[in-house]
Amino acid sequence: MMKSFTRIARASPRVKASASLSAAGRLSTAGSIRCASNASSGEPLKKTPLYDFHVANGAKMVPFAGYHMPVQYSSLSLADSHHFTRNHASLFDVSHMVQHIFKGPAAAAFLEKVTPSSWSNVAPMSGKLTTFLWPGTGGIVDDTIVTRIGENEFYVVTNGACLDKDTKYIDEELGKFGGDVQWTRLDGSGLVALQGPQAAEILSEVLATDINLKEFYFGNTVQAELKLADGGKTHPVLISRGGYTGEDGFEISFNGKLYPALESTVKAVESLIKTAGPERLQMAGLGARDSLRLEAGMCLYGHDLDDTTTPVEAGLSWIISPERRKAGGFHGAEIILPQLTPKSKGGSGVERRRVGFVVQGAPAREGAEIQKDGQTIGTITSGVPSPTLGKNIAMGYIKDGQHKAGTEVDVVVRGRKRQAVVTKMPFTPAKYWKAPA
Amino acid sequence: MASIACSLRAARPVAMRLAPRAAPMVRLSMPARSFTSSRMTNLDFFVSSGLARKYTKDHEWIDLSADRKTGVIGVSEYAAEQLGDVVYVELPPAGEWTDQGDSIGAVESVKSASDINAPVRCKVTHTNALLEEKPATINQVPEDDSAGGGWIVKVEVDEEGAKQFDELMDAEAYKEFVAE
Repeated sequence: MMKSFTRIARASPRVKASASLSAAGRLSTAGSIRCASNASSGEPLKKTPLYDFHVANGAKMVPFAGYHMPVQYSSLSLADSHHFTRNHASLFDVSHMVQHIFKGPAAAAFLEKVTPSSWSNVAPMSGKLTTFLWPGTGGIVDDTIVTRIGENEFYVVTNGACLDKDTKYIDEELGKFGGDVQWTRLDGSGLVALQGPQAAEILSEVLATDINLKEFYFGNTVQAELKLADGGKTHPVLISRGGYTGEDGFEISFNGKLYPALESTVKAVESLIKTAGPERLQMAGLGARDSLRLEAGMCLYGHDLDDTTTPVEAGLSWIISPERRKAGGFHGAEIILPQLTPKSKGGSGVERRRVGFVVQGAPAREGAEIQKDGQTIGTITSGVPSPTLGKNIAMGYIKDGQHKAGTEVDVVVRGRKRQAVVTKMPFTPAKYWKAPA
Repeated sequence: MASIACSLRAARPVAMRLAPRAAPMVRLSMPARSFTSSRMTNLDFFVSSGLARKYTKDHEWIDLSADRKTGVIGVSEYAAEQLGDVVYVELPPAGEWTDQGDSIGAVESVKSASDINAPVRCKVTHTNALLEEKPATINQVPEDDSAGGGWIVKVEVDEEGAKQFDELMDAEAYKEFVAE
């Protein structure tokens, strides 16, 4: 029974808003993972700074995005870990994500070439979700969080499973661009995500730097030091408010180019775990991360997004800044901008759109056909039995016109039609700590 | 819950397991504590009793009746543990012959969807309706073939299926297989 169509554990962190992105992979029940097509393969698996910590703490390790990654900890089932994150807080190792610095007078201009978002007018120490785009087609190369950390300096996080593709893409694009931009990939760095309603109180207890978390909002980033269990402090770390679960939370980056990341990441994690205690904070793995992000309506790159999908089809039109809609000038703008206007209003519109579904009976998983009156009108790209809702939730691409919430369709699972309804995402309310409107 | 289930399963008398399937199985209504004296694990039980339960590499188990004409099929404890929280069990329609290795259903957990494959050629005669209401029974008592247990289907087996049964792993071999 274990061999057939097992599935899933996916990962990736994200300071995101309403729908987002990420890395890919699949976990069979026997523990093996099939990595996304662009993941490095054939090379020995890498270890994150927290590898030994995971093993010592009962993690089940699986190959993911070229790394040994924890999919689950022995202390909690996937559903328990999921609930714990929604009720308390969880700590995720997301060091497989790729961290970059783009620096130089032309850094903002470069990012405005390869993404549809505005960067020259972004406030310092704030960031947002965007996508790297293919020239000509406007297809999504990868989704990424970009944060301005200096006048001419941007901190960028991309998917681990896209490492090879992204590296080649950035290299080629920088060559074509020709402006003054220095690109550094922060290999060997640590990145952890502290997620859940108790994340802020836990972080406040380990901060060695005076930061008013009440005025540190979703999308904000700050440099800080953390208290260690031995009375010392970490090197400066970069803390961003956001994540990939739909909960309030933080992503903490340990820069391995500037400091010994292995030591600082492990010590900081031990400090967080010890300070919070097991009633407030548990380690969590890729398994819970996948069900959490799906409930939050966020995309997983390689599944819900790929090279052939444009941001408009993916329901990510909101990442296209207003000034870029007028001025264009980014890769694929000639395809993407007309898609923003429906055919009926003189634009080109789109043929398909990413939407959410609630499916009756069997959970629909990636690849399941969406039908209406016996005709195929789309495909499921991610699906899971939602631990929070007790319903089968899914997302997928459906023919334009059938995408409105409440539309009844069939989803075919194991050859049988199951009733499904197009449902607004996120499936569970987002709990981001946002600035007052 | 799990510990109660465990003691029920471990302590089941051999004679009851060999009783005709149609016989009413009242023992499940007995207080669980009356069974708790046994310390035997499930596998030990089958090893020591020599019952006709065999296992596949895909982690299904099948009991074959003494006359080798009927059987009960489920998933192993190892599989149930690997699957995690089972939320849905797809049961097959009764009445069709299925070849060895072909799908006769599926088990869905938060983590995965896994096919249940026919351990031998067989025809489904009964499905465990309890699993529609309480799929998590698979996590609690996956190798229990009684009413209230996590068995999945009851089947008719022909000569070919009975021969295939002989080739499957016994409890001891399966224990070694999953330990690898």
